[in-house]
Amino acid sequence: MSVEVGSNATDYIRHHLTNLRLDLTTGQIDSSAMHFWTLHIDTLVMVFGLGAFFCYIFWLGARQATAGVPGGLQNFVEAMVEFVDKTVKETFHAESRVIAPLALTVFCWVFLMNLMDLVPIDMVPSIMSAVGVPYWKILPSVDLNLTFGLSLSVFALIIIYSTMGKGPGGFLKELLFHPFGPWLMPFNLVLNIVELAAKPISLSLRLFGNLYAAELIFILISLLPWWIQWSLGTPWAIFHILVVPLQAFIFMMLTVVYLAMAYEHH
Amino acid sequence: MNFGATFWGPMISFALFVWFTMKYVWPPIQQALADRQKQIADGLAAGERGQKELETARDEVAALLKEAREQASQIISQANKRQAEMVEEARAEARAESERILAAAREEVEREIQHAREALRQEVANIALIASGRILKREVDAKAHQDLIEELAAQI
Repeated sequence: MSVEVGSNATDYIRHHLTNLRLDLTTGQIDSSAMHFWTLHIDTLVMVFGLGAFFCYIFWLGARQATAGVPGGLQNFVEAMVEFVDKTVKETFHAESRVIAPLALTVFCWVFLMNLMDLVPIDMVPSIMSAVGVPYWKILPSVDLNLTFGLSLSVFALIIIYSTMGKGPGGFLKELLFHPFGPWLMPFNLVLNIVELAAKPISLSLRLFGNLYAAELIFILISLLPWWIQWSLGTPWAIFHILVVPLQAFIFMMLTVVYLAMAYEHH
Repeated sequence: MNFGATFWGPMISFALFVWFTMKYVWPPIQQALADRQKQIADGLAAGERGQKELETARDEVAALLKEAREQASQIISQANKRQAEMVEEARAEARAESERILAAAREEVEREIQHAREALRQEVANIALIASGRILKREVDAKAHQDLIEELAAQI
């Protein structure tokens, strides 16, 4: 959509970066609500929809999985499963029924969410505003709620796996005595808490930052006159064919690495 | 930025989707992969076994062929020997037969000679008788001089 350059450009950018908000205190759709008790309807719908899409596709592929000659979909699902399984086994050496399926879910889900970055930038908001929905941010990776939702889940798993792998006492001991021994206990504790907290924050902000920057550049490109957009939009989109799976892979890999570090003894 | 209560949504979805993947996606695929791995391994093992069996069969065939060839050559040599024997036998038989025939012919000739000699003797006796009759100008009584004539014939 070509927008008149000028004061409208700011509105255009802001419009593209605003979520469809449900104010829980008033029960009204109000995208100007800026407090904690709001729900981003677009993020929730996209997140759940894409996750369900992933589950459905993989369920279709796995439902009639045979040891014989696999069909196209089963082949794809098997390839993904084997790829993730191999990656996880290289990193997480203990036996776990959860880690590999978790890694697969994270990878595919984040990949699908990042992929929304390549959907033409004005298409979905235009359709939604034609239906009467004022805002629709299609890219859930550019919502801190999503990235922190994922990374806090990973954080909870880190705590659980630390307790499982080392025992509650062992985990506490590591928090208190590692790395400088019992005499610097408070210092150790602060250091370890910072280290622990850095994991979900970095995990979350890395994904958010990468995709936010990408989306912003796409928005800026779409502000150019239509006949020149392709010259910047095409290379940027091609670049994102690389970035989208890469960020998904990094998210998965770091999740597995964090859990492996949490579970294994040092 | 606009961090709010929304983050519970992805967290709950996350748990849900991981559970789903763990329960309905991972096990059947892993099962299929393990089964296929086993099938392939079995197939390869069967192939190897077949190869080995083929080799054994080949060795067996070679041994059988060798034996058959030996037997054949043995049979041929036996046949050759037998042939030689038969020829030898036939030759011996033929020789015996020819000797027998020769002996019979010789005997026959002997008998003929004897016969001729007897006939000649008789003839000479008759001639002698006729001649002596002519000399004496009278009949010689053959009966009366039978002894004489026989004696004469015996002398010839």
